[in-house]
Amino acid sequence: MSDPIIKIQNMNKWFGDFQVLKNINLEVEANKKIVVCGPSGSGKSTLIRCINRLEEHQEGDIIVDGNELSEKTKDIEKIRAEVGMVFQQFNLFPHLSILDNCTLAPIWVKKMPKKEAQELALDQLKKVQIDDQANKFPGQLSGGQQQRCAIARALCMQPKIMLFDEPTSALDPEMIKEVLDAMVSLAKGGMTMIVVTHEMGFAKEVADEVIFMDEGMIIEKADTKEFFASPKSDRTKLFLSQIL
Amino acid sequence: MQTLNFLKPNRDNIKNYSIIGSFLVLVSLIDVISNAFLKINLTSFLPGSLTTLFPLIFGLIGLNMMRIDYSGNKSLDLLNKNINTNNFNALLTLLILFSVVKVLPQSLSWMILDATISGDSKDACTGTGACWTYIKVWFRRFMYGMYPNEFHWRINTAFILVIALGFVGYFMKDNLKKYLALYYVIIYPVIAYLVIYYLISGGSFGLQWVETGAWGGLSLTFIVSFFCLIFCFPLGMIFALGRRSNLPAIKYISICYIEFWRGVPLITVLFMSSVMFPMFLPEDFFMDKLVRVIIAITLFEAAYCAEVIRGGLQSLPRGQYDAAKSLGMGYWKMHIFVILPQALKLVIPGIANTFLALVKDTPLIFVVGLAELAGMLALAKTNPKWLGFAMEGYIFASIVFWIICYAMSKYSYNLEAKYKTER
Repeated sequence: MSDPIIKIQNMNKWFGDFQVLKNINLEVEANKKIVVCGPSGSGKSTLIRCINRLEEHQEGDIIVDGNELSEKTKDIEKIRAEVGMVFQQFNLFPHLSILDNCTLAPIWVKKMPKKEAQELALDQLKKVQIDDQANKFPGQLSGGQQQRCAIARALCMQPKIMLFDEPTSALDPEMIKEVLDAMVSLAKGGMTMIVVTHEMGFAKEVADEVIFMDEGMIIEKADTKEFFASPKSDRTKLFLSQIL
Repeated sequence: MQTLNFLKPNRDNIKNYSIIGSFLVLVSLIDVISNAFLKINLTSFLPGSLTTLFPLIFGLIGLNMMRIDYSGNKSLDLLNKNINTNNFNALLTLLILFSVVKVLPQSLSWMILDATISGDSKDACTGTGACWTYIKVWFRRFMYGMYPNEFHWRINTAFILVIALGFVGYFMKDNLKKYLALYYVIIYPVIAYLVIYYLISGGSFGLQWVETGAWGGLSLTFIVSFFCLIFCFPLGMIFALGRRSNLPAIKYISICYIEFWRGVPLITVLFMSSVMFPMFLPEDFFMDKLVRVIIAITLFEAAYCAEVIRGGLQSLPRGQYDAAKSLGMGYWKMHIFVILPQALKLVIPGIANTFLALVKDTPLIFVVGLAELAGMLALAKTNPKWLGFAMEGYIFASIVFWIICYAMSKYSYNLEAKYKTER
């Protein structure tokens, strides 16, 4: 077995006095797809935001691709460049065209020549089927198109890991499918993915493991088949009975 | 049979009503106009107070009769929708219309019809109207201050050069575009300073030295505004970012700076810069008064700019910061490429506001003995040969300032439209 690409040990996090994450232990191997589910406020988003240090944790260790994340981490930007992230609200840059959204970081962070970056961006946009929208601005696109552009933008940095923070929660049902399709094809390409989502169909199709969280703790972590067929804890059973 | 119902006009007898109504309004207007322009009172047969109220009453009845909803007549509908929605609005419309008509003849005759512009001494001003001869004679002083007449070409050349250099950005090639900000923030001000120093101050290249005390008029307004605008913006940006910094030292220095400068009146700052500041300097160190004043205004306005820009920074959603960070951008890259372009676009109206206030604050430098346009006016009106023409001078100055400020605000609207990318 290879070394895990993400390793979280005894991690605790507080927002003020409120403990959002309690004693999290998690290992993710390269090329695995993990789906994190659970009720709102259970700390799922906070957990994956800790992985690229958009949130700081107070106790425990997080090791991403061999680098430990802490206040002492100097090159946090370098680690973040290796970890792509897709947000619930897309967070495209509204003042830049779709193409510029995708090329901005490769050009200025990775120092890629402009031509090469544009080719790469068009390639990625083609994969999510919005290369014909490349010169429009985010405000002119539908939610589903924006989210697919956000995926392409993250992929343009050629990350080793992709984090998805409820990518389909802000979309209407018809658009969910086109975004999920893009994610499925990405998963089939062998990307390491951690996905926070309520789309259990997606979980069943691509996830290697499913994690169930509640009240800041990992309640259950199991292989996908096992998780849906025979959940161990009562809390998980209750959750699954409500959403399936 | 049709009966005339004054209170309830409707579509069926639209023709009668609109014709009678417009006739009444016309009569009231003719009465007011003849009263104002020709000094004839058409209604002198009426008792005193009625004479004054006559056009108002007639006009009101007329407008009331014309008020027909969905008349089908386009211009009538437009009129009813905008200035004749109800009796109160009709009254306001008439009052405003009448007061404009009443004021117009006097101001017209004072400003144009009875005004004098010929001649070149006070003796030419014999008419009852304004004496624009005064402005004509003093024009060079109002533009160039006490700057020697034979050197005015130096100021003109310097301004043309500076403006031309300002347009360089438009013609820059694409591969140089990334140095645009650098050019405008550092290189351009330095070049402009050198141009103004060598051309307007002189003292080398065979040009005679003219001390800054002799500078003045509109050209001084431009020089002070130009340097203050160009420096206070980047400085304000730095303090706006500083105030939001995570580093306590930078944050508190920025807060102290902003709160200090926002708390003192500009006039005190100017006094201190010219009277107190030199006391703290070593004796052999000399800094020109104009430079000191420009620095003082710049520091002062930078605090206001900083708060305006901070408002823009705060209005951006947190997701923009998250997205930029998640792509591996550091603090500076994130701000230069993602945060500032959006924030600055949002604060264009606020910045324009600050800049306009700055331009209009420049007359305050009179208190330290620098006479720009308004200052030259104050000097000119006390000239014993030309007493009694303050009104003309101030009207001239207001028109000049209005043109400058209106141009600036128009430009800011253009910028807003240019950078509008949202739906």
